[in-house]
Amino acid sequence: MHIVVCVKQVPGTTKVQINPETNTLIRDGVEAIINPFDENALEAALVLKDTIGAKVTVICMGPPQAESALRETMARGADDVVLLCDRAFAGSDTWATSYALAQGVRALDKVDLVFCGKQAIDGDTAQVGPGVAEFLGWPVITYARKIEIKDQVVRVERVFEDGYEVIEAHLPAVLTTVKEMNVPRMASLKGRMRAKKAAIKLLDAAAAKADVNEIGLKGSPTRVVKIFTPPRKTSGVKVDGSEPLVAARELVAHLRNQKVI
Amino acid sequence: MSLEIIQDKCTGCGLCLKACPFGSLSLEMRDKVGAPHPKFKRIVMVDVSCNLCGACVPTCKFEAMKLHRPDEPQPSVNLADFKGIWVYAEQREGVIQDVSFELLSKGRELADARQTDLVAVFLGHNIREKAEELFHHGADKVLLVDHPVLGVFDSDAYTDIFAELVKKHKPEVVLAGGTSVGRTFIPRVAIRVKTGLTADCTGLDIDEKDKLLLQTRPAFGGNIMATIICPNHRPQMATVRHKVFKKQKPDTARKGQIIEEAADLKAGRSKVVDVIHEMTNEINVAEADIIVSGGRGLGGPEKFQLLFDLAHELGAAVGASRGAVDAGWISSFHQVGQTGKTVCPKLYIACGISGAIQHLVGMSSSDMIVAINKDPAAPIFDVADYGIVGDLNEILPMLTKVLKEG
Repeated sequence: MHIVVCVKQVPGTTKVQINPETNTLIRDGVEAIINPFDENALEAALVLKDTIGAKVTVICMGPPQAESALRETMARGADDVVLLCDRAFAGSDTWATSYALAQGVRALDKVDLVFCGKQAIDGDTAQVGPGVAEFLGWPVITYARKIEIKDQVVRVERVFEDGYEVIEAHLPAVLTTVKEMNVPRMASLKGRMRAKKAAIKLLDAAAAKADVNEIGLKGSPTRVVKIFTPPRKTSGVKVDGSEPLVAARELVAHLRNQKVI
Repeated sequence: MSLEIIQDKCTGCGLCLKACPFGSLSLEMRDKVGAPHPKFKRIVMVDVSCNLCGACVPTCKFEAMKLHRPDEPQPSVNLADFKGIWVYAEQREGVIQDVSFELLSKGRELADARQTDLVAVFLGHNIREKAEELFHHGADKVLLVDHPVLGVFDSDAYTDIFAELVKKHKPEVVLAGGTSVGRTFIPRVAIRVKTGLTADCTGLDIDEKDKLLLQTRPAFGGNIMATIICPNHRPQMATVRHKVFKKQKPDTARKGQIIEEAADLKAGRSKVVDVIHEMTNEINVAEADIIVSGGRGLGGPEKFQLLFDLAHELGAAVGASRGAVDAGWISSFHQVGQTGKTVCPKLYIACGISGAIQHLVGMSSSDMIVAINKDPAAPIFDVADYGIVGDLNEILPMLTKVLKEG
């Protein structure tokens, strides 16, 4: 079985702070990380590799710096890593990104299963996983928290707002994973050594047989026309709660006054 | 299209770096011909992550940045052929989701602005009688497809039928709830009909000049807002989360036209074997008007009872921070934040939640935020409209008591 995991390199937003004077992001020292949900996707693939046997290929679309994310996935156990990298991909929206990734998957040896994280923490769109499935013409099961594979059928617990569904699909298929699925493993020392030396396969637009009219800005139906920082909230009131009953009465009065309750 | 840095003019001041939402700009030492050099001059460099959004250009005081835009490509379709505002009316087990009513009220505004029809697209099985509710909430027409295969959500079948309807009727705008269902098949529809889709919009307006749908959404956890358009493809598609727009009071006198579409559908390649509701008697945090949320500061799983008691009085849902969920005090269905649910209720009461950025991005757009925490320096107070510094073990029971007194 050949499993492909799509990963994205994102800014580690845990450290994102706002400069109160300029109202902009403070980016100093913000490191690039593997999108956390993609770590769960990778782990899901590695668990299948350990249990039923599979080759795991990780594919990432991004700038040359994304190589570090790919080496990390290899240190954790990915067999092969591919960087989909071309200036022509710049400015791709979710339509063009889905297309490019699907072309990347097509360029690999026969693939049975594609994993994506449920969404990336910088864009939060959750559109690329289903988009890749659509371009490949495969079924998609989103928000997977548990999977089993038997005889080319994948059985998935798919989380929705107040519960889960059990869904079965024939492979090949695309799955997107939620955090509850697993706890991503740490890289082993041996893995790190191997990853350090490994060659990263580069796939440019031509090698992925991507139509230049379908990628980058040209292939993106959407355009960003304005970027702005939302108005900052003025700081609210802070009261002393050492008299619990008084504090409770004041709060309830305030909420009733403001007509929120 | 490219972003050009005019080296002679760039002073290396770095103002543009702060404006870049994608972290694509950096300062590097270069020599006269632009080759890396340890001494000569510090200038701005653009890396490939640049999205060519142009946010940096106006910040440059030295006119050293130039965005080269190519001529806009010609529309792939005749834009004037596309008419009507569509809302995907999502039903689950025959119950229309609130987010669909919220979208109908926004859709009504957009349809009036464009002087066109508001159409609710209603897919399912044995749901015809529910269509009335869609008229009551503002729809002029209901496009109904009633088919056994559509009884339970099936990504393949829903994508097939919705894409067919779009191709046949050519709507100008399609709106859908950013639910687990909407976020699964709507992206596939957008790919199939070759148009753009903007996720989780918090603002939707019609541009006065060129009549395009202006779709505003947060990025980077709400630190930045972006307005997005879809100029040359149709329909213009967007998803919106729960509670972003206000549901209108139903007008039961309102009537409309049901257009039933026949469908030749086969069961998809994935099959739902079982559906399990894990939160049966509780209010779903994503849909709640009021949320009472607890974090590590509660001190233990048994303390969630204080929250459930208060929530009961308020008719509220109970939320939790990642810390409380990871500690195993409550199930992850309650988790609010980056890895949990994004919520925007009318009232959010954060109890014993310090306010890590992962949590704040999930709830900071709530209308009113109340924080109760014993640490006066907790970051949650920075976003709170009303903060109480004190012991929640004492304050929460008092709140419940005061509310009971009426």
